[in-house]
Amino acid sequence: MNEGTGTNFMNLQFAAKSENESFARVTVAAFISQLDPTMDELSDLKTVISEAVTNSIIHGYNNNSEGVVSIQAEIREDMITIIVEDRGEGIEDLELAKQPLYTSKPELERSGMGFTIMENFMDEFEVSSEPGRGTSIKMKKRIESKKALYN
Amino acid sequence: MNLHVEMEHHRGILIVRLSGELDHHTADMVRMQMDEAIQRRQSEHLVLSLKDLQFMDSSGLGVILGRYKLIKNKGGKMVVCDVNSPVYRLLEMSGLFKIMPIYENEGTALSGLEVVS
Repeated sequence: MNEGTGTNFMNLQFAAKSENESFARVTVAAFISQLDPTMDELSDLKTVISEAVTNSIIHGYNNNSEGVVSIQAEIREDMITIIVEDRGEGIEDLELAKQPLYTSKPELERSGMGFTIMENFMDEFEVSSEPGRGTSIKMKKRIESKKALYN
Repeated sequence: MNLHVEMEHHRGILIVRLSGELDHHTADMVRMQMDEAIQRRQSEHLVLSLKDLQFMDSSGLGVILGRYKLIKNKGGKMVVCDVNSPVYRLLEMSGLFKIMPIYENEGTALSGLEVVS
């Protein structure tokens, strides 16, 4: 089956353990590298992956490492789509959760900036969540390839 | 663990140099080491040098804000220095520069602190 040039995808599933946060962002960054992103773009993408995965581990699964986090990434031409999902607790009040500096776990010294960072670093950002069912974050970003900058 | 903490005490000022990746996984270790040093050495002020920090996310912001509150409650000052561009953008986005001075390097950070103290 040939998906055609300009299209590619990857799927990743891993245990909800904090040591996998670095694995997740490095893996997605390596996949995206084929678009020849700038250092800043790569760093932004690593940060948003880290934010989404950390949310799933801390909030979705309450640090229970039996949970599974999954990431799907898709490349279409110069557009990257990333979906980070968990089947954890879900978010009761999405609007509240998205407020900058809001955290449901202040005792853990969380900054409450996760969603704000994802919204700022990506071109499109969408959360869907159902209490008791889990949370799915879908993000898109157009990669200004370094090659394009020279043209 | 892919994060290293190096600390030095200099006339009541604790200098903390972080290298590697500061995320949710490494945040607890950094928090504990810094709090232990602040407590044991009775540090008044804190300089956080981020020259060799290759990655940071909002968990790192939480660590920085937490130490800021700790030092401020004891009447001291906390500053950051040697911040690379991705980390700078995060600090800016979170509004951290409204409460915490930023310096180019450790030297200017130390003289900045000595002027105010």
